[in-house]
Amino acid sequence: MTTAISVKNLGKQYKIGAAQGKFRYGMLRDVFVDSLTAPFRYARSLVGRSDNRQLTNGKNFIWALNDVSFDLEEGRVLGIVGRNGAGKSTLLKILSRVTEPTKGTVSVRGRVGSLLEVGTGFHPELTGRENIYMNGAILGMKRAEIDSKFDEMVEFSEVGQFIDTPVKRYSSGMYLRLAFAVAAHLEPEILVVDEVLAVGDAEFQRKCLGKMSDVAQQGRTVLFVSHNMSAILRLTQEAIVLKKGQLIKRAPTPEAVDFYLSSGQAESGERVWDVDEIPAASAPFRPISLRLQDGSGKVVDTVRSTEPVTVEWEYQLHAPVTGLRVGMYLSTMRGEYVFTTFDTDDAKQYDQFGARQAGRYISRCSIPADFFNEGRYSLGVNASSFGVKRYFMDENALSFNVDISGAPGTQWPEVRQGPIRPRLDWKIQKLD
Amino acid sequence: MTELTKHEPTTIYIKPSTGFTALNLRDLWLYRELVFFMVWRDIKVRYKQTFLGAAWAIIQPVLTMIALYFLFDRVAKLPTDNVPYPIFSYTALLPWGLFVAALNQGSRSLTSNHNMITKIYFPKLILPLASVLAGLVDFAVASVILVVLFFYYQVTPAWELLWVLPLFLLLAIITAFGVALWLSAINVKYRDVNYVLPFLTQFWFFATPVAYSAKAISEEWQLVYSLNPMAGVVNGFRWALLGIGNGPDTALWVSVGISVLILVSGLFYFRNMEKTFADTI
Repeated sequence: MTTAISVKNLGKQYKIGAAQGKFRYGMLRDVFVDSLTAPFRYARSLVGRSDNRQLTNGKNFIWALNDVSFDLEEGRVLGIVGRNGAGKSTLLKILSRVTEPTKGTVSVRGRVGSLLEVGTGFHPELTGRENIYMNGAILGMKRAEIDSKFDEMVEFSEVGQFIDTPVKRYSSGMYLRLAFAVAAHLEPEILVVDEVLAVGDAEFQRKCLGKMSDVAQQGRTVLFVSHNMSAILRLTQEAIVLKKGQLIKRAPTPEAVDFYLSSGQAESGERVWDVDEIPAASAPFRPISLRLQDGSGKVVDTVRSTEPVTVEWEYQLHAPVTGLRVGMYLSTMRGEYVFTTFDTDDAKQYDQFGARQAGRYISRCSIPADFFNEGRYSLGVNASSFGVKRYFMDENALSFNVDISGAPGTQWPEVRQGPIRPRLDWKIQKLD
Repeated sequence: MTELTKHEPTTIYIKPSTGFTALNLRDLWLYRELVFFMVWRDIKVRYKQTFLGAAWAIIQPVLTMIALYFLFDRVAKLPTDNVPYPIFSYTALLPWGLFVAALNQGSRSLTSNHNMITKIYFPKLILPLASVLAGLVDFAVASVILVVLFFYYQVTPAWELLWVLPLFLLLAIITAFGVALWLSAINVKYRDVNYVLPFLTQFWFFATPVAYSAKAISEEWQLVYSLNPMAGVVNGFRWALLGIGNGPDTALWVSVGISVLILVSGLFYFRNMEKTFADTI
């Protein structure tokens, strides 16, 4: 077997200082001012009075990827797991040559196709047909190659009769299917896939997974990043675990997934905030932890839709706060909001806890059984005083899976539309 | 599997680039179809959802010509080498319009396609190049009016010189592409470029003999004047179409030299900044 990918001591450093400034991107003014004041800063540092900027200089850089090495043989499917910010996407971006490494080398044998984001280069004014050609060319396909696969792509995307309609008239589902259809027919020697499965409905996700296992069976090399452990287990033989930019484990997939889940760095149904993760502006509110518990009080990352779920948010107030409301947003992984709720929504609760003394609190919310549909949901949290200040917000604090066995209608193996799956009261009446 | 995947795959080495980056025009050649598709997309969507559509390619230079006519011919009565002012100014407005559109679109091409840059590998040179080339279609459409003007004013073009016209067109494109390479790469980091562009084109317009005759410039300033490659382009257009002026002289070669210098330096600057685009855009 030949080696398809060989990664040696790979590192990527990002500057984070700039992002903390008032402006997102550099301005010439800053450069001028900076070079004008540089001699003064230098002089000041000589007399021992260094300013903040120089003290924090070392902190302004982070290694998104540090000293990662691995080889991958041709025809293997490698899973990549790790928390958000572990360096998974950075690794894929380097492999697909979107960004350059800061150190280390990679040798890649063959064409790399990437599904970093499906639909890149799609133009809303162009028709489906035109976008297939455009997008195919962007992904590196030759015109003849697109011609020969065109019908297959249209069939896969199921947008057949709308193929000559501008894609701005498409529903988001159609748009996504078409975009994935192009990318999925790229047939590169090496395919890089980043979390495509987080988008689209369950039916579409199944289709994508099917396509991916086809690709794997054709003997091509695949790198697959996902938070979905069951997809990783199903599609890959081997996996690597990344943590804070470093490769901490490489093993057969079941072992690697087990390691990842048990080493406490998986999104395990609990989110704990470190002190340095909390913006200074959130004071006097300080989030401590957010937990998801099943009916028996156990912390879980997969809940059964037939059982009630409790969400617990523990936090500290360093000073009294008036009008405080602590709550959460629930949304699907596609980004649709399901609901927003606050602990002082109820007037009685508001009278009692609207003004809160300094201290440690838990706000607890019960979500009844028979509420969730199948899939993955995201919990965002928010602490604010209405019309005064938003102390803290994290739009994606925790995500979890829902298992629907025993839910209403599961006797039919089909996808149920909609973010919720309530057990409603149906009565059937015979009229004659 | 298709035959395209059967060939022996080539190995790519990815490592941090150090020092000077070579131009790597081979990569651009491999992606030549993408250049074609990008140009095609630009043309296709340019006048989408506009009422007048491609007519804008004609309306813009014609209205400018009319405004210049009243201002410089009727009011200021500038000399135009005995050519009716509308033809005199339109022969210059054609390459000037191409230049301005190419410069504007090209300089913004990276920031307006930022999602492509952060998601997919391709030679980024394609973006400014395609934007510049897409302007040629508008140029061709606007040229129709020139033919109409020739008939209307019963002016005979300088037929024997017409074949050099594409060379001056090339000079305009090279100049626009060169400047767009610099500005688009700077624009990735410093969006000040967006605010500089309107001023730049405005000043450049007055420094180019579009509305007036190059003969209005006194002798001792001619060489300084020719540092502006667009002066060479406009004079060349008038020479090739109307037979005005001397044709290729020292001033033109200075223009060509400057233009090539901007292009080559722009190519190297762009290539050296390219590796930072995905991280800073």
